[in-house]
Amino acid sequence: MTLLEQFYVWLKGLWPGFEWAAYLVPALVGIIIILAFVLIMVIVFIYIERRLAARFQIRLGPNRFGPEGILQPMATAVKVLLKEDIVPAKADKVIHFLSPLIVFIPILLIFAVVPIHEGAILTDLNVGIVYVVAISSISTVGIYMAGWGSNNKFALLAAMRTVAQMVSYELPIVFAVVGVVLMAGSLSLTQIVAAQTIPFFLMQPLGFVIFFIGALAEMNRCPFDLLEADSEIVAGYHTEYSGMKFAMFYLGEYGHTAVYSAIISTLFLSGWMGPVLPPIIWLLIKMVIIFFVIVWIRSTIPRMRVDQLMSFAWKGLLPMAIINLFIVAVEKLWLPATLPWLMIIINFICAGILILLWSRLFTLGGGRVEV
Amino acid sequence: MKFERYGIGIAKGMVLTLKHLFRSPLTVQYPEEKLIVSRRIRGNDLVWFIDRCTGCATCAKSCPQGNIEIVTHRDGEENRYLVDKFEIDTGRCMFCGLCIESCPYEALAMGMSYERSQYRRGDLVLSKADLMPSDIRQPSGYFRPKVEATLPKQSLLIYSDKKKEEGGQKLSFLSLSKKRGWGV
Repeated sequence: MTLLEQFYVWLKGLWPGFEWAAYLVPALVGIIIILAFVLIMVIVFIYIERRLAARFQIRLGPNRFGPEGILQPMATAVKVLLKEDIVPAKADKVIHFLSPLIVFIPILLIFAVVPIHEGAILTDLNVGIVYVVAISSISTVGIYMAGWGSNNKFALLAAMRTVAQMVSYELPIVFAVVGVVLMAGSLSLTQIVAAQTIPFFLMQPLGFVIFFIGALAEMNRCPFDLLEADSEIVAGYHTEYSGMKFAMFYLGEYGHTAVYSAIISTLFLSGWMGPVLPPIIWLLIKMVIIFFVIVWIRSTIPRMRVDQLMSFAWKGLLPMAIINLFIVAVEKLWLPATLPWLMIIINFICAGILILLWSRLFTLGGGRVEV
Repeated sequence: MKFERYGIGIAKGMVLTLKHLFRSPLTVQYPEEKLIVSRRIRGNDLVWFIDRCTGCATCAKSCPQGNIEIVTHRDGEENRYLVDKFEIDTGRCMFCGLCIESCPYEALAMGMSYERSQYRRGDLVLSKADLMPSDIRQPSGYFRPKVEATLPKQSLLIYSDKKKEEGGQKLSFLSLSKKRGWGV
């Protein structure tokens, strides 16, 4: 029973004649908690990204507004909110208005099921991971609507790329998730965390790598940020957006990063589990570690080309994910559960061999791509 | 087996950027921290020595903009000219250095200061008192070989921190940032 359900039961005892109110109030409180959590995480992530990316480039980063520049994201938010909201004359007004919402709201929906202690914030779904995979695809629709609705060739190109990218990378992600589900024996996120006495990134390193790369593509971060490749297509799908709507896209971008950090730490880094500190702190620490790696990758690896992107998904990640799933299934079937270390060793060896085999396919030589 | 072809390049790149993370930042935060400019700089300032000036107005004649205004009167007893008014409108000055090159008595020199912004245009007109040398208004070595010979050897990247403004604590550029190696 989550905290909010306990709150509901308590309220029902308190207000005997008003069951509908007792049902409504905890839900509203939960929504506000999730919204506040996402907004704060986004602000923290923006700050961390700016400082970290600066340090990776031997700069200082924003350090003027507030101690160590900690208020700079607020200044950015105020600046963006005060800007004029421009809608192109020939844009599809309704779609143009709706798409920022459709990009942002799935993030809140996903955070409803992420376990922050022994229960989730809003509800413990017994099909939690299926729900997460399903909901996280919705923002693709939002981005496509943004590209279509703003009546701009660059935005439409970016939207096309996004759809191709999201659909391609969804598959390896799902196969990696199926590996985790096989290992944990449950679809519920709380059960998956409870099953991780040994974190799953040790049990299936290849699945972790595949899921991480796929998640990078899903949240449109470097090196897969083709949909806002400013050297090619201006600002991508939000070329025609400004003011509050642009802020929603910005929120959506970092919110996706926060969501996927939470999902990765839940699936592979044993979520809220950890010694001494309270569970929510452990989850936050793991999210920040994942985000650090994301920023690290962003500051290292240049953006991929469109054809490289697609071939990497279909020829690289997907076969590897299927083989990984096969290996995990065989191990689950025949290896005794009392020997987790044997499984870890076998999986690391398999991951090394597979990565070596597949990296041979994606070598660059003499300006020519041998894909 | 060449590991260059097996994804090791990405790992190398990641290690390289990680090393950069632990380097101290190269940013010089300008108003608080300043690099010392070379004392041989061509300059953005003018220094005038009253005792060497004879009031010959060669500088005023050589100025392509006509920025220099000089008024003198004759000192009857010592047979020389005394300068009553010596004004340079640095708002119009392009720091070509022709006045310095033309001065026969080395009375005018380029300075080394560069923070010369003013809020009013009139404040840019430098009078006699403004042009005198002081602690922070030192002549540079530009077109003054005698001054240049006395200057210490230095590089552009010598750093001074705020407290010791004149000359400053001399540190080489890379060691300076170790002092402020605070983190992210």
